[in-house]
Amino acid sequence: MIEGIGYAALVLSFVLALYGAGAAAYGARRGRPQLIESARRAMLLSWPMISVAALAIIALLVGGRYDIAYVAKVTSNAMPPYLKVTALWGGQGGSLVFWSWLLAAFASAVGLRKWDRDRDLLPWVIVVSMVTLAFFLSLVVFVENPFSRIWLTPEGGQITAFFRPEGARAVAPPDGQGLNPLLRHPGMIIHPPLLYLGFVAFVIPYAFAMAALVVGRSDDRWIRVTRRWTLVAWLFLALGLILGGRWAYDVLGWGGYWGWDPVEIAAFMPWLAGTAFLHSVMVQEKKGMLKHWNMLLIILTYSLVLFGTFLTRSGVLSSVHAFAQSAIGPMFFAFIGISFIGSLWLLLKRWDDLRGVNQIDSMVSREALFLLNNFLFIMILAVLFLGVIFPLASELFTGQTVTVGPEWYERITGPLFAGLLLLMGVAPLSAYGSSSWRALRKQLWLPVAISLVVPATLLITGMRSAAALLGYWLAALVAVVTLYEFWRGASARRRRHGERFPVALVRLAGRNRRRYGGYVIHLGVVLMAFGIIGIEIFQTETQGTLGRGDQLTLGRYVMVYEGLTRFNTPDGRDISRAEVSVFKDGRSVGKLFPRQDFYLAQNQPMTIPGVRSTLEEDFYVLLVGWEPIGQDGATFKVYHNPLVNFVWLGGTVFILGTLVAAWPEREPEPLRRRAHAQALPAGD
Amino acid sequence: MRRYSGWLVGLLLVVVAIVTTMVTGTALAQDEQPSDDEVNAIAKRLYCPVCENVPLDVCPTQACKQWRDTIRGQLAQGWSQEQIEQYFVSQYGDRVLATPPVTGLNWLVYLLPPVAFIAGAVILAGVVRSWRQPPVSAIESISEPADDPYLERVEEELRRRG
Repeated sequence: MIEGIGYAALVLSFVLALYGAGAAAYGARRGRPQLIESARRAMLLSWPMISVAALAIIALLVGGRYDIAYVAKVTSNAMPPYLKVTALWGGQGGSLVFWSWLLAAFASAVGLRKWDRDRDLLPWVIVVSMVTLAFFLSLVVFVENPFSRIWLTPEGGQITAFFRPEGARAVAPPDGQGLNPLLRHPGMIIHPPLLYLGFVAFVIPYAFAMAALVVGRSDDRWIRVTRRWTLVAWLFLALGLILGGRWAYDVLGWGGYWGWDPVEIAAFMPWLAGTAFLHSVMVQEKKGMLKHWNMLLIILTYSLVLFGTFLTRSGVLSSVHAFAQSAIGPMFFAFIGISFIGSLWLLLKRWDDLRGVNQIDSMVSREALFLLNNFLFIMILAVLFLGVIFPLASELFTGQTVTVGPEWYERITGPLFAGLLLLMGVAPLSAYGSSSWRALRKQLWLPVAISLVVPATLLITGMRSAAALLGYWLAALVAVVTLYEFWRGASARRRRHGERFPVALVRLAGRNRRRYGGYVIHLGVVLMAFGIIGIEIFQTETQGTLGRGDQLTLGRYVMVYEGLTRFNTPDGRDISRAEVSVFKDGRSVGKLFPRQDFYLAQNQPMTIPGVRSTLEEDFYVLLVGWEPIGQDGATFKVYHNPLVNFVWLGGTVFILGTLVAAWPEREPEPLRRRAHAQALPAGD
Repeated sequence: MRRYSGWLVGLLLVVVAIVTTMVTGTALAQDEQPSDDEVNAIAKRLYCPVCENVPLDVCPTQACKQWRDTIRGQLAQGWSQEQIEQYFVSQYGDRVLATPPVTGLNWLVYLLPPVAFIAGAVILAGVVRSWRQPPVSAIESISEPADDPYLERVEEELRRRG
């Protein structure tokens, strides 16, 4: 019954999406506003329809309906109810429904905005978002149906199908396999929705861009309308990436937060393209330049969003993230190809209309530096793309699989990231238009001199790594320049308005949220760079097998093994938990409990570290193995991760900065209400 | 003769380096058990075919533990890092290495990034240069006679026929 309602809702949503796209396109071509309005309503209806399907899945999951293949795969009796609910995005079919649900929500929100000035764009925004939605729904309607049941054929085989196959009878296993243990961590429960939100929100600026191309508008209206959408997408993607890193650090047990895994990169690539886009649209808004380039960037971002979902969902790569494997790969591949080529074709058709006043007066002008910034972002993107697809290409053409590991990525992207840091330090001091080297030098010498204090101090205190010294100098330069920008702006305000400094600072940021939000983001990047350089270059590790009372030394830390306890939990885990005492410089700093959880049903171990965390460093202990009862020995792998917490601190500042930049500008209240009332079409 | 002395010194250094490596290898061979850190230093750069993208030194599975034990045994017998890596490559293929070996198609993965960087920089420089020139007005470009004598002849030819 529930599965019937759920599947019917999915099919209806699919039909609605197709109808919406078709009616909007036809209505726009034939000049029939009623049809466009009907399409808009179809778009608005798609969200409640998919909500019904999603709720049906949740009801089945919570109800323990193990005759449904999806339920049997991702839940088990032992799982707590909240995990059963979040198992909605724990497997293939559910994830795709969830993705569609978010997209429908965003599309509906767009459908409800005021369209007065942009009526001409509306039908094509509907077409693009509904075609994307229809594609994702087609995957669940035709291929990965989350409502399919398990059937026993007369020959004794087990198959999965929604409709009853001839002569088959339904089977209901008494218990399910349960969610992949790696996904049971709170970080992993929230990580996929954030990434999906980021992915899905990027569909909206793309839809507006394509609409502008179709109707032949060459102004930057589409950029202004979708600025906040882009920032929201970017915010969620960044949040997803940071939380994903935190999850890896807490759960995967390899002492790091970023492993250059293809699926991590799949989420990072749209973020990189989106970051390049966020910078280059400023040049278009300010100078009317780069119109083609911005179109290309948003097309690229959208394609990378699809590509990222494809990599995660199709099982084309098997990695720690690729939990779901399915036959939907070819469909994805075709859709990415068609939408990419179609978008490029549209862009080429409008190429001449988009010719702007592309003129660069100086190589150190703000626009020239933004171009360089985009160049570096795209280079990093290209390198990551190569790294992800090379093993696939190698397997395809030579039959030989290869691993492209962290070392390759770090060696190639390291200098590019350093270049970005340098730009981040220089660009805020440059001006649009005819900025001269001499003027820039005059602005730059003092921040450079101040920032050099940092590497000089580090050198004196014994740091000898050239890469680290360079990295810390660049990070210090960005920090000095950014703080100087805040100081300069606030001082000007203080002089002009007689405000106190903190008030001037807050009002300054409030008046130009994008600029100062951006600077806060830069400060977040500086903090993250401090942490990343710290752990990447100065991480140390050791491993040893200890008897009870034995000790292991790593730098200033000493760890003493106190004992091991083993117990079972009601949710099907066999836990081995070690107790270790930790001393720093001979002084006790507490106990840690590194452990291994062995998930019996899935036959899968999970290594949970014991971590002593301070701002300056983490002492990170992993229980690698232990001897059978009686011998009392255990093996530990221990990491010293200097400055790693700056990564999380910087991430938080980064997110705060994005919030500042994306926060809606304040409008006088009555005016806003009036505008909103006008926006609602009669009868709604 | 002086010209060759540099070469000779270089050669001598190589010989010394090889001998030193062999001696240290033998010294390790005499040690009864290599430490976990020595095993991990090698395992860090290896990947088993099953647990993709998880380096061998941190992989918690039983199979990977056995691989590490193999490495320990090989180290105890005095094998060098290259020998151990070669052993795993011969058993399981190139995928066990952390980075693709520089052979065949794999050249691409090392050549493409610098080539793309240079090509991108050249394109960017070209674009910026074209944008730096003051915009030539359309009327001017039509009324200006072509510099190319060949084009001039074509123009003249066309005028005469027209």
